[in-house]
Amino acid sequence: MIKLTINGKVHQLDVAPDTPLLWALRDSLQMTGTKYGCGQGLCGACTVHVDGKPVRACSTPVSAVVGHKIRTIETVDAERVGKVVQEAWRKLDVVQCGYCQSGQIMSAVALLSQNRKPSDADIDTAMAGNLCRCATYVRIRAAIHEAAKALA
Amino acid sequence: MSEIIIENLSRRRFLQGSAGLTLGFCLPVMAAGAAGKSGVVAASPASFEPNAFLRIGADNSVTVMSKHLEMGQGTYTGLATILADELDADWAQVRVEGAAADAKRYNNTFWGPAQGTGGSTAMANSWDQMRKAGASGRAMLVSAAAKRWQVGAAEIVVRDGVVSHAGSGRKASFGELALDAANEAVPTEVKLKDPKEFRLIGKQAKRKDSAAKTNGTAQFTQDVFLPGMLVAVVAHPPQFGATVQSFDASKAKAIKGVVDVVQIPQGVAVLASDTWSAKKGRDALSVTWDDSKAFKLGSDEILVKYKEMAKKPGLVAANKGDTAKTFAGAAKVVSASFDFPYLAHAAMEPMNCVVHLKADSCEVWNGEQFQTVDQGRVAALFGLKPEQVKLNMLYAGGSFGRRACTQSDYVLEAAHIVKAINGRAPVKLVWLREDDMRGGYYRPLFHHALEAALDGSGQLVGWHHRLVGQSIIAGSPFEAMLVKDGIDHVSVEGASNLPYAIPNLLVDLHTPTDIGVPVLWWRSVGSSHTAYSTEVFLDQVAAAMGKDPVALRLELLTEHPKHAGVLKLAADKANWGTPLKAAAGERRGRGVAVHESFKSFVAQVAEVTVKKDGSIKVDRVVCAVDCGTAINPDNIRSQVEGAVGFALSAALHGEITLKGGRVEQGNFDTYPPLRIAEMPKIEVHIVPSTGAPTGIGEPGVPPLAPAVANAIAAATGKFLHRMPFNTAELVA
Repeated sequence: MIKLTINGKVHQLDVAPDTPLLWALRDSLQMTGTKYGCGQGLCGACTVHVDGKPVRACSTPVSAVVGHKIRTIETVDAERVGKVVQEAWRKLDVVQCGYCQSGQIMSAVALLSQNRKPSDADIDTAMAGNLCRCATYVRIRAAIHEAAKALA
Repeated sequence: MSEIIIENLSRRRFLQGSAGLTLGFCLPVMAAGAAGKSGVVAASPASFEPNAFLRIGADNSVTVMSKHLEMGQGTYTGLATILADELDADWAQVRVEGAAADAKRYNNTFWGPAQGTGGSTAMANSWDQMRKAGASGRAMLVSAAAKRWQVGAAEIVVRDGVVSHAGSGRKASFGELALDAANEAVPTEVKLKDPKEFRLIGKQAKRKDSAAKTNGTAQFTQDVFLPGMLVAVVAHPPQFGATVQSFDASKAKAIKGVVDVVQIPQGVAVLASDTWSAKKGRDALSVTWDDSKAFKLGSDEILVKYKEMAKKPGLVAANKGDTAKTFAGAAKVVSASFDFPYLAHAAMEPMNCVVHLKADSCEVWNGEQFQTVDQGRVAALFGLKPEQVKLNMLYAGGSFGRRACTQSDYVLEAAHIVKAINGRAPVKLVWLREDDMRGGYYRPLFHHALEAALDGSGQLVGWHHRLVGQSIIAGSPFEAMLVKDGIDHVSVEGASNLPYAIPNLLVDLHTPTDIGVPVLWWRSVGSSHTAYSTEVFLDQVAAAMGKDPVALRLELLTEHPKHAGVLKLAADKANWGTPLKAAAGERRGRGVAVHESFKSFVAQVAEVTVKKDGSIKVDRVVCAVDCGTAINPDNIRSQVEGAVGFALSAALHGEITLKGGRVEQGNFDTYPPLRIAEMPKIEVHIVPSTGAPTGIGEPGVPPLAPAVANAIAAATGKFLHRMPFNTAELVA
């Protein structure tokens, strides 16, 4: 059994230690907000927070996150930055297909938690690992600035 | 919850009303599955059935049934906006549900008796339908209120979800009137609003899917879990056309969680209790493939073959004047050829499908884009009638055409797995990224050869455009509709209807039939390559004529005011003709392109910086769009922004290559979509219009790559003749 702390709750999971956190979240816990996109940490659709830092859940085995605090999109609004980022995303209607957006939001929240006034260059760096095939990047950038304004 | 369905207008009336748009074609799969069902419905009085797009709950909710897939293009919001405006609903009370698969009620009115989403038709084919649906719902609410209050219907006002009567001071919500309204007769005629009266259309109605797509609750196929469901990951053959010769499943079956391993026509499926176990099982399989019927050419060899074919005349797709004589007598001939690769759609959600076979029915969960085709095929496989196959249309995590597969490939694969296990469990087929990337159904590889004739006075008098590439439509249910005299319309669209006033024009096409790579529509279809070759070549001709690219286009667009309108608007907003400042060691240029696709007109002006090492940065793109009535202006901007990014991705990086028939790319490291740092600044200007709405999901794509290439040429003098761009040609 693997013991994980996810969104403040402790879960006991009967999965192999090499199971990626992504599939533990999705298939064992049916927490489906975190998405599968590439399985190799190339697209960021599976981004979650581990101790507040953005991590690609598809290439993080559950054994590596035992004893750490995991947060997913499902409770990202529990903290102010997450709530503000979600609101900015909705205000600007960032989403199109929406499949990558959980990951985008998790990366944006991690950025704004560290840097309350990111420049375009800071955004490019922090969001470089998150692909959006609908190319909503113009609005992702605008929403991060919008959220930064709201947090100021 | 107590709910009533307001049934709107009969299908018969809709078909009569849209007869000019109803294209007669017969779906072979349907004809096989339900003889006499397809094609005859319209003529038969027995098919007088209600069309249901609207449900008003006693809880005051207004639910709009969307017959079209929401795959990011904003269709749920757009359809609801149209209906809610005519209904005079309050936007906050409106929600949207995916409609059932039922070609009788929910056919795409442009596609005859077939339900599906594509060709940027969702708003265009639904415009009248959704307006009438909303207006008739409104009329029934008004009738119910008039009866209840004993007042004249003409004195009743409906606004923002409130029905009121000024004289008596009475008012009621839709929910309060819903049950009474259900007893009112469906009006045979409804008065639609004058565009001046629109309260949602043309305004900023917010997306209906933003909340669910920002908190992780939006349901995609990948998110479906059913009791007892197994997850299937499949070992696919390494080449198109290869089949399973034998396999050893012993190692796979030893993996914890693996439940079964079965052979299907598409390969070998490993079924497990969860995705990770299924993947591990698939990786542990040992499969010997029979490649005797496999396609084994590489993409380089395909291109060599196409270039050879291009030396001979093809089938004529357009012919005007006398090109042979014009070119023979030309003072100057400009020529160029262009190469376009296979492209994967690479939607963020890899293809997947859930199938649950029951005693006498089947249920499917899918980002369902092609209901009638998929339903017919699944039904035929299980020996069911199409109506026994229930399709649940979920959000699609992108598609770009991939989920409207002419051959229902991944849907049938899921169904075959279920069949192979005799339906003993529901199955979720999960394609991993590599399965998706190597799964075929690509934008076809194309080779174009163009030449232009200038006469003694320097006028452009002749244009010859030859194309070589596989047909998307041949062998599909759309063949009778879209292939005429051997010409696949979508192979030449954008080329055969060149808008420029050139007196002698010839467009001819070679369609190779011995290439075993499955091909499919990819956002903007034929225009994804024809806009590039025609618009870049025209700039090359302009350079040879010593003319400004915008001025030459305007001279040649006298018969096409909508092209000219967006061109002028984009050029004006981009300050065309003013100098661009470049930093030391950098070259900058501005380029333009204009193109019509899906009855919409888009012009784009790109500003590009080319560095010494040849690398490119697209700094800004100014877009002008004429897509008829702008239902949701913000969504139009959003679609065009996304289209710019999608098209730039292909221009800079997109290429699927084959070697020995094997696809060389597998994941986003070798097929890299555009990332945020590469995204330009984008402006979108919308031409005001009260015309019927036309497409917007795709039309932003075609002009981008040629506008960027023309900007690069303006900066460097070098016209690029292949996509993706070869930046090595641009080293200073």
